[in-house]
Amino acid sequence: MKSLIDIQDLTPAEIDELIVTANDIIENPKKYSEVCRGKKLATLFFEPSTRTRLSFEAAMYELGGNVMSVSSGASSSAAKGESVADTAKTVSCYADIIAMRHPKEGAPLVAAMNASIPVINAGDGGHNHPTQTLTDLLTISREKGRLDNLTVGFCGDLKFGRTVHSLISALSRYTGIKIVLISPEELTVPSYITTDVLEKNGIDYEQTTDLLSALPELDILYMTRVQKERFFNEEDYLRLKDSYILTPDKLKGAKSDLCIMHPLPRVNEIAIAIDDDPRACYFKQVFNGKIIRMALMMKLLEVHV
Amino acid sequence: MNIDSIKNGIVIDHIAAGRGMKLYRLLNLDALDCTVALIKNVGSRKMEKKDIIKIDADIDVNMDILGYVDQNVTVNIIRDGEIVEKKQIALPERLTNVICCKNPRCITSTEQELPHIFRLTDAQNGVYRCLYCETQAEKTAE
Repeated sequence: MKSLIDIQDLTPAEIDELIVTANDIIENPKKYSEVCRGKKLATLFFEPSTRTRLSFEAAMYELGGNVMSVSSGASSSAAKGESVADTAKTVSCYADIIAMRHPKEGAPLVAAMNASIPVINAGDGGHNHPTQTLTDLLTISREKGRLDNLTVGFCGDLKFGRTVHSLISALSRYTGIKIVLISPEELTVPSYITTDVLEKNGIDYEQTTDLLSALPELDILYMTRVQKERFFNEEDYLRLKDSYILTPDKLKGAKSDLCIMHPLPRVNEIAIAIDDDPRACYFKQVFNGKIIRMALMMKLLEVHV
Repeated sequence: MNIDSIKNGIVIDHIAAGRGMKLYRLLNLDALDCTVALIKNVGSRKMEKKDIIKIDADIDVNMDILGYVDQNVTVNIIRDGEIVEKKQIALPERLTNVICCKNPRCITSTEQELPHIFRLTDAQNGVYRCLYCETQAEKTAE
């Protein structure tokens, strides 16, 4: 029995296998519509979420399975002080697989160590969110036809963005990857990302504050939101906020086959006008998220077509 | 100053000067009934100054704690007044309940009964990270 807690739990070969399954699900959805009949997914979300929880639940329904859901910590035994370990042991008696989101870092690992069924980390605080990374990898693979030999720009809040850290870490296992880190100086990636991930894996990277000059060389642009509360003073925020908002005007210098991604929710960092641009891939990401979660649950439940 | 030699027990030698008390605490030596000597700032040809701990009983010493605090210590097992074994110390792959995770967002901050587990992620630089949240452990205090 295997769980998915960190994207590094999967080898590149296993990720390729999931992408192959996901593409087949998209091509032949009927083939998969009953494969999880009789299986039950428990979504244990101790922190608010819209997309991720619905994505997991839609994924299980599309595989023909059923879903049991805890949608907030306040409505669960956790509010009475039950430990994550006990919750995991209990839910193991009811369900076949768990998807857990928890505000505390490492909670899904504790669940996996105690559950007798597979556990999927659906986000633990600012730490890991591996199914978002799988979603991003599937999107890149479908849009570009490959996961290697790509120049990938990450723009916005690179300091606190767990999706950014996790995707950089996943891409660092492929060859020919160049990473361009575009952010205000206040929000650059933590040093362990540059030292332990990029430099350790010999990945070519550059850091810049200038989105416009970085855009022309990018194959992928991964946008994130620059949040006001991350700045020490309002003056800096006001000075910088517009630099990291993507507008049709800024896109003029970009490649015609650029793939624009965003983990969502978007606030204002990508102008609405870009939604109709064929390079906008962020809503395709949402669709891909459901598909890759279908492939992942099939793998962890050892269900075969 | 004279400290009696021991007949059956353990001598932890070549402890970096100043780290003896830390080891004493981490190894819970204060809980022992037998004679225990912590000797500080002993003159040493190799180290100039060192600390030594002598335990006058045949106990199991947690080698992981020794390896984490000071890889350069030597552990001598004494039987009938003679050194019968010198144990090599290495950085342990995993530390359980030796150090605590200081990350307030870590699951160990709210679930008190969870063991604090750290794993060695960079042997060259002696970096340990929390098993749960991957926060780097602070370097061993001198």
